[in-house]
Amino acid sequence: MKKTFNLVGKPVIRQDGYSKVTGKARFADDINYPDQLFGVMVRLPIAHARIKKIDFSEIENHPSVITICTAGDISGSNISGIIKQDQPVFCDQKIVTPGDVVAMLVGEDEELLRQLAGKVKYEIEPLPALTDPRKALDSDAVLIHPESKSNLIVHYPLRKGDIERGFSQSDHIVEQTYTTQLIEHGYIEPETVIAIPLAADRSVKIIGSIQNPFTARRIVAQALDLPLTRVRVEQAELGGSFGGKDDTMDILSARAAVAALKTGRPVKIRYRREESVLESYKRHPYILHYKVGFSREGKIKAMKIDILADGGAYASMSPFVTWRSVAQATGPYEVENVCTDVRAVYTNNPYTGAMRGFGSPQPIFAQESIMDEIANQLGKTPDEIRWINCLHSGSITATGQKLEKHDVNLIKVLDTAVQKTNFSRQWQACKDKNKSILPFIQKTHASQADKSLLLESEDLVAPDLLLRKGIGLALSYRGCSLGAEGIDAAAAYLSVQPDGSLYLVSGLAENGQGMRTTFSIIAAETLGLSVEDIHYLELDTGIVPDSGPTVASRSTLMGGGAVKIAAEIVRDRLQKFLCDFWKLNKQDVLCFEKNKVFSESDPQKTLRFSEVCQLAYRKGVCLAAIGWYPGPKVDWDESVGQGAAYFTYVYGCQVAEVTVNLGTGEVYVDRVVAVHDPGKVINLLGAQGQVYGGVTQGAGYGLWEEISSADGFIRELNFDQIFIPTSKDVGEIVPVFVEGDDQHGPWGAKSLGEPTLELTAAAIANAVRNAVGVRFFNLPLNLEEIVLKRKLKPGGLKRGSAV
Amino acid sequence: MTIELNFTINEKKITLKTEPNRRLLDILRQELNLTGTKEGCAIGECGACTVVMNGKAVNSCLVLAPQINGAEILTVEGLEKDQRLHFLQENFLKHGAVQCGFCTPGMLMSAYALLSKNPNPTEAEVKEAIAGNLCRCTGYKQIIDAILETEGDIK
Ligand code: FES
Ligand code: FES
Repeated sequence: MKKTFNLVGKPVIRQDGYSKVTGKARFADDINYPDQLFGVMVRLPIAHARIKKIDFSEIENHPSVITICTAGDISGSNISGIIKQDQPVFCDQKIVTPGDVVAMLVGEDEELLRQLAGKVKYEIEPLPALTDPRKALDSDAVLIHPESKSNLIVHYPLRKGDIERGFSQSDHIVEQTYTTQLIEHGYIEPETVIAIPLAADRSVKIIGSIQNPFTARRIVAQALDLPLTRVRVEQAELGGSFGGKDDTMDILSARAAVAALKTGRPVKIRYRREESVLESYKRHPYILHYKVGFSREGKIKAMKIDILADGGAYASMSPFVTWRSVAQATGPYEVENVCTDVRAVYTNNPYTGAMRGFGSPQPIFAQESIMDEIANQLGKTPDEIRWINCLHSGSITATGQKLEKHDVNLIKVLDTAVQKTNFSRQWQACKDKNKSILPFIQKTHASQADKSLLLESEDLVAPDLLLRKGIGLALSYRGCSLGAEGIDAAAAYLSVQPDGSLYLVSGLAENGQGMRTTFSIIAAETLGLSVEDIHYLELDTGIVPDSGPTVASRSTLMGGGAVKIAAEIVRDRLQKFLCDFWKLNKQDVLCFEKNKVFSESDPQKTLRFSEVCQLAYRKGVCLAAIGWYPGPKVDWDESVGQGAAYFTYVYGCQVAEVTVNLGTGEVYVDRVVAVHDPGKVINLLGAQGQVYGGVTQGAGYGLWEEISSADGFIRELNFDQIFIPTSKDVGEIVPVFVEGDDQHGPWGAKSLGEPTLELTAAAIANAVRNAVGVRFFNLPLNLEEIVLKRKLKPGGLKRGSAV
Repeated sequence: MTIELNFTINEKKITLKTEPNRRLLDILRQELNLTGTKEGCAIGECGACTVVMNGKAVNSCLVLAPQINGAEILTVEGLEKDQRLHFLQENFLKHGAVQCGFCTPGMLMSAYALLSKNPNPTEAEVKEAIAGNLCRCTGYKQIIDAILETEGDIK
């Protein structure tokens, strides 16, 4: 066991950095083939309809249209889906949301094809559009997918203890409803894919901005009715994903592949921003109803939780996303009696799927808001109420799982965050100071049930009195990797060359987060090399085993684990070879450090790593290995939501300090202190970057971002309307890492990417409550929410929104 | 209809015939194969397509072909000289200012334009200069640090 690290935990420059700062990195749209064609989508401007006839007569003989692809061209299955099979590659029966595609025009002139796409004629039978998820399960609701007999995508119940007894033992009960909004991933690179037909063996190669190459391969193979080996998917440099380049890209890959095989030429599809926003899936809006019973001392006795998620038109990842919600909905608290129901339903809205956070930011917003309300009611501070209830080593979670075999650092992250920000003092001070405005708010709107902050004309307030400071915190635990959601294992391939340099690749995908660098550090640390000695290969489904999806912040834990195993296999072989070569005892320990290998007992025996490899290679030692890291077993009883949901957890606490302008409703985030236990930090520079980026996204979710729709049609289709944070929008962010020991993952390294995002909106909401004394129940906390307590939306679609 | 354009890109003189409704972004990416400059929104909101034109940072998706006649243009491909990275590029690497890298070329060009005019910018000036460049990955902090460290002589 190593005590000190040469690379792990230090700031390491990204391996792909050079290509990215020079413009040499090849993103999908930077790749072109000489005789490539373009594919352009045909959509019908309706959210829900039966298709009766699509008439291409006006354009099919146009010289620029080389072919038109429709459902009829799909030799395999036209219906795809990662979990549930419900999404057509090309719609031929029904349209269920405005992003749906009925056909693809293929030709050389992309611009012209876009114009021709508008000339396709059609006959449809319009159906009523179901856009309110609360009505989806009504007996008279129109069915989105009639074959599934109901609009229910999934229902997860969780039952623990005796909920009624829990409430009867409670001194107080709070009951509140929270809502969260639909948002766009907002990767800056829109979707692009190219399919290249390989005529010689009737196979096809796909290159694209694809988050999960193995999933894309499966969907393409299924659509073309080809064996998996005939479809090779290569990932281009990915310009951001955050969970968003999966289903959409799989289907785009299938469309491109169909056209490529039909025409015998490479076919490229590239989306403009508007098209990307229109068709790609988003983050689930939730409606969350919480009823919490607690004692006068502040101990939570019972939680009854009802969550409804709008899955939109297709199931996509809804079953997995909402599964995480049901497992974690109580938050990181010991609650004896829990009754949770999470449902996801179909509507005609844009469909929702995986997005960084994956079913956690929504319940965290509700549960952390309620914790603060309980504190307020009992005259306690937010940290006190969490102290009383939070999980510690040996605690039983809501799913009945005992937390053990790792450092349960929840209290540690809470303490660290509280100390770093002088939390209780600041919180109390803001609360006392802001008391002065409450009578004023009440006077202004004594008659209104919901206390809005709207000032009336006679209320003249000095501008500086309008600025109110507040501080708030949010706390979470998060199950690592897929948990009982899916099959969990990952592979890495490592091949050392006779000169000591080496190739590395894992079956997980670089999404821009810096995974390749992290994996290179792990391999380099194990073999005593430097990161520059490692050449990370492009991910290609043809060269490394399927490792499942790059989601759930599982890459460092699972893929990193596989890299370490592969490197150890090679190291052990070299060790054995050298022991023979140097005639040492088998028990002798060799050190691999600074590009050298030497014997601990006899420092005379030293060779350069490259010399060792050269010698071993000549003696026929195999210097390549596949590392396979299977996740430990988890178990789950779906009928009651009980079991060991995840094999390990990470913990985080964020504190937000805000200034609220009561006149305009503007909330400015002055500072966020983000304390996270990611297990072990592998690349400090990358870990800090994850925190800065995640917190900023979380602030956007909390304060500005929202995709709204009218009759299923999205109003905000480009960055003039989608407000993702800019360089000026968020104040200081302070990352703090608390490391914990864990038997899983490389040296105990687990997850970080998602925890950084999931807490921020909740912490901001609590800070706003502290600043103005009013609780807000609906994200985002934008200007009108703060001032009017409701959302202002244009009645219909905004102008110029047609694609 | 085609027009003839004469301009300089990355210190190279170029003469080119093209249609007047072509965007500078298309000319760079499609006609000159300078694919470092990216397209993210096509409406001047994301800054991924930023290049430096006559000393100013511009969104190349909003510049039409005739406007570049006689202009001097610098793209991300022109920063590295004689196989040596520009200080700005080195600082981006050192500070971890790059994640997915899609916004990076545009960021670099906005930063370059700022520093050529204002070699010692304040943090607020840096934030202002890149406010038109969206980055979804980094939260901007490490980008701002990288630019602040490059203050001084950038040429
Ligand atoms: S592509 Fe030009 S600003 Fe977005
Ligand atoms: S690094 Fe990904 S958008 Fe900036």
